[in-house]
Amino acid sequence: MGLLSDPNRRKALTNLLTRLNAPICMVCYLAAIVWFMGLAFEPFTLRTYMSENAMGSTMVEERFSSGERALSLAKEFDAHKRKAGGMPMEWLVKAMQARGLEVFTQSFSRKLPFPDENKERYMVRGTNVYGILRAPRAPRTEALVITAPCSPGNSNNQAVGLLLALAQYFRNQIFWAKDIIFLVNEHDLIGMQAWLEGYHHTNITGMEYSPLQGRAGSIQAALSLELSSDVITSLDLILEGLNGQLPNLDLANLFYAFCQKLGVLCTIQGKLQRNDWDTAEGYTHAAQTMMLMVLKQACGRSWGDHGLFLRYHIEAASIRGINGFRHYKMDVATIGRLLEGMVRKLNNLLERLHQSYFFYLLPSLSRFVSIGYYMPAFGLLAVILLLRALDLWVNLGAPALEAVDGVTEAEQPSGPGVLTVLTPVVISHLTGVALYLLPVHLQEMAVEHFPVSETEAVVLTAVAIYTAGLALPHNTQRLLSGEGTEQGWKVLKLTALLYLAVLLGCTALINFSLGFILAVTLVPITASMTPHMPKALSALAMVLLSPAFTILYCVFIYQELIEAPVSVSEGWMLFLSVISQGILDHALYGSLVYPLLALFIYPCWLMFWNILFWS
Amino acid sequence: MAAPLTLLLIVAVTIRAVLFRSSLAELISERVEVVSPLNAWKRVVEGLALLDLGVSPYSGDVFHETPLMIYLFHFTVDYAEIVFMVSPYFVDCLSCFLASLDRFRKQKYALESDRYPADCLELLRSPKEMFYIPLKVAMFYLLNPFTILSCVAKSTCGLNNAIIALFIFCTLKGSALLSGILLALATYQSIYPLTLFAPALLFFLQRLYIPVNLRRSSFWCFTLQYAFIYVGSLVVITGLSFFLLGSWDFIPSVYGFIFSVPDLTPNIGLFWYFFAEMFEHFRLFFICVFQINVFFYTIPLSIKLKEHPVFLIFMQIAIISIFKSYPTVGDVALYMAFLPAWSHLYRFLRNIFLVSCVLLACSALFPVLWHLWIYAGSANSNFYYAITLLFNFGQILLVSDYFYAYLRREHHLTHGLYLKKKDGTEATLVLK
Repeated sequence: MGLLSDPNRRKALTNLLTRLNAPICMVCYLAAIVWFMGLAFEPFTLRTYMSENAMGSTMVEERFSSGERALSLAKEFDAHKRKAGGMPMEWLVKAMQARGLEVFTQSFSRKLPFPDENKERYMVRGTNVYGILRAPRAPRTEALVITAPCSPGNSNNQAVGLLLALAQYFRNQIFWAKDIIFLVNEHDLIGMQAWLEGYHHTNITGMEYSPLQGRAGSIQAALSLELSSDVITSLDLILEGLNGQLPNLDLANLFYAFCQKLGVLCTIQGKLQRNDWDTAEGYTHAAQTMMLMVLKQACGRSWGDHGLFLRYHIEAASIRGINGFRHYKMDVATIGRLLEGMVRKLNNLLERLHQSYFFYLLPSLSRFVSIGYYMPAFGLLAVILLLRALDLWVNLGAPALEAVDGVTEAEQPSGPGVLTVLTPVVISHLTGVALYLLPVHLQEMAVEHFPVSETEAVVLTAVAIYTAGLALPHNTQRLLSGEGTEQGWKVLKLTALLYLAVLLGCTALINFSLGFILAVTLVPITASMTPHMPKALSALAMVLLSPAFTILYCVFIYQELIEAPVSVSEGWMLFLSVISQGILDHALYGSLVYPLLALFIYPCWLMFWNILFWS
Repeated sequence: MAAPLTLLLIVAVTIRAVLFRSSLAELISERVEVVSPLNAWKRVVEGLALLDLGVSPYSGDVFHETPLMIYLFHFTVDYAEIVFMVSPYFVDCLSCFLASLDRFRKQKYALESDRYPADCLELLRSPKEMFYIPLKVAMFYLLNPFTILSCVAKSTCGLNNAIIALFIFCTLKGSALLSGILLALATYQSIYPLTLFAPALLFFLQRLYIPVNLRRSSFWCFTLQYAFIYVGSLVVITGLSFFLLGSWDFIPSVYGFIFSVPDLTPNIGLFWYFFAEMFEHFRLFFICVFQINVFFYTIPLSIKLKEHPVFLIFMQIAIISIFKSYPTVGDVALYMAFLPAWSHLYRFLRNIFLVSCVLLACSALFPVLWHLWIYAGSANSNFYYAITLLFNFGQILLVSDYFYAYLRREHHLTHGLYLKKKDGTEATLVLK
């Protein structure tokens, strides 16, 4: 506390911080980037280990052997699916009942806010079929879920076949202490959403569904299975869920442990692990894997059917079978054994998975970076904003004291200064609200007047409003009575800097990747922006580092990382579809990325845009 | 003056009315930062239902309001619910309004009495500055997001704040009788305002030109007189509660609940985490330590600030709202409303930037970490408590900063603004 109460030392520290402000900020920024890139370097990461006692020490013997039956069931399912032109409900109900499950169905329907062109759906109507295997050994208060999607076309038939074969095999075992629910969901995430909402008696997205007739205990864990071929070369684990939420790391450890035990090749982000961490290639590989995870997490959508479980506090992961060009192939029975082992270990759980980490990044399946290691990278970026704010504060001196007192920046004592700050803040936020509301609500009008489809109308309206926001400073100035003063922009910048720091901090806590990516692009321009810079050049820099361009860069980097580079025009089309997917994800599943960007990040960026054109 | 105040009231009422009608109201009334087990509206409704059924409202472990409060709501709940929730703020606004007017008069006397060094004139507030203080106080209270949240959640904390504000108002007006009765009422509501007895007494003594001297009979005479009003009305109010309810059930259920802290629902205070972690056999000892902590500061502060009872009231209210067992943001809002009244201390404040950043960040982080802990399940109580600690650190820093600034201003008023060392160089004041 000496530092806080001794005026001489305080003065020395403030002097140091204001005099060396720019170099310190520069160093912080570079340190943040270096720190972040260093996270993928193997000596800096931790080896994963099983924290949960109930899953670690017990031995499990896997005996599942009916791979052939699974494949024949898959063929049968395929035939009936083709005949029914969708979910073969009657056949599936019979097949599950024949295996001794309590079978129930749930029908649901959902009208999308606008047509989804990627998956070609608008009015969605479907049925979920699920069977419950009651636990013979314990009160039925807890449950596990295994799901397989009923997808159109040829895909995922083997997953359903394996699901049924597993159900038959599990029925004959006596050691189940938790109910096991076998769920076949239609229309991937929409069906899953309907089922989960029905199971938990919630309705947060306006879905129409029939109530569930049968129910098991509270769900402890869920595994989603995607399998489209009779043999596979490797299994891919998908962890990223809605809003960047991740399941407990123990679930990934469990998967990894069984892959090791059964000799199955396992990947994450579709990338195999390499052992040569000390070479440049090895490091690049790990960095690419981690970057892919960061990008996937940042976009906040659910990358598999498991992603929606996480919201209900259920640990879940998707396992995807990949049939590549390797010699070594595995049959369905091996995958069955792997699932059997995992489910049996989960069956041993005494409480929800909570021992291990929830906040982590994975450069490979056997290595992880925990929150304590990656947060400093973000912290260094946030410090820049606070240092700049401190600098401005000292510059402003006593007169500004009133401006940032209280709890919001919107509420300040009256005076001529308040209006100059409040007007841009309010106008920016109104633009944000327009960006959030108008695209979906104005689609009909847009379709009438322009030759575009609904989806294009929504996306292009969003882009148009975004661009129109750039004209704001001009209009804001006109609203203001007098000339903008030197003090005015400083107070506005101080407010905006603190606002951005709090905003990014909250975002990074919920979804580190999103917060970090936004901070990397927004911090440099926002920290250095003043009205006295060369207008054209800094305007260009600001636009190039605006949130929309960040999304565009992410699209290109992502395509580069999954080794499917795209040309500029393809990238643009992808960018448009990413926007439409973001809006859809928000409307369908409650993803928060679109409202966050539209209602908070974009207005905040506009405030800095205002400062640049302060006159 | 009247026009901006009216405008302010209209704005404040509009904001509240809009929020009451929106879907946010339900969300807000569930937030642990805004309502505590002591003042949640849900619990009041439950208590009313029990009362209507002829069961003692204290027969469960749900209701912890005082009997007078429940009878008040018993008669008003049907038709005046919302109006009732809004009205305290007008009272509060009014009282603070007059409070600062009173200070204004005192300051003028100080200016005339001509006993300060000449270069200190810039430390005294001009009447023009004083003129806007009531408006600022009203603004700070009515537009403070904390107050708005507390009001929209229908937390009865607003009513307690109103009683305390009325007490301050009556004290500054110089009515010892009303002041004693209202202080008793505030004590009856939540015990902790007991510590406001000392500043109120000091204020009256100062006003009546009675020196604080233990050997003077006039001092004892007035002290006993005021104490008698206070204790007498406390006894009457408690007796009235007994006759209304026909039992003493409310004593353990209200005051026992406040003192022994059985409900460890997380809130913005310091108690819940500490006592959730504690071994059972240390509990009594630490409860005593924590509760004495709230009352203890009265003694040193009264000695240090015996010339400045109004500032002492502010300090006491702040300390209560930081260290009480079930604090909510409504309590924080009450002492924050006083801050504009000390606007002349701004030049001596040292950490205001740090404090504003901390309070701002914490207010945003509370819901985020709550979400991560309770809904997402990925964070845990440690994360939330860390923010609670930081929030309280910010508050303590704010209060001690104001305390320091006040003392420093007093020092400058007597010793001159530009202090010189013995060798003639400029000196700085260090608080150690």
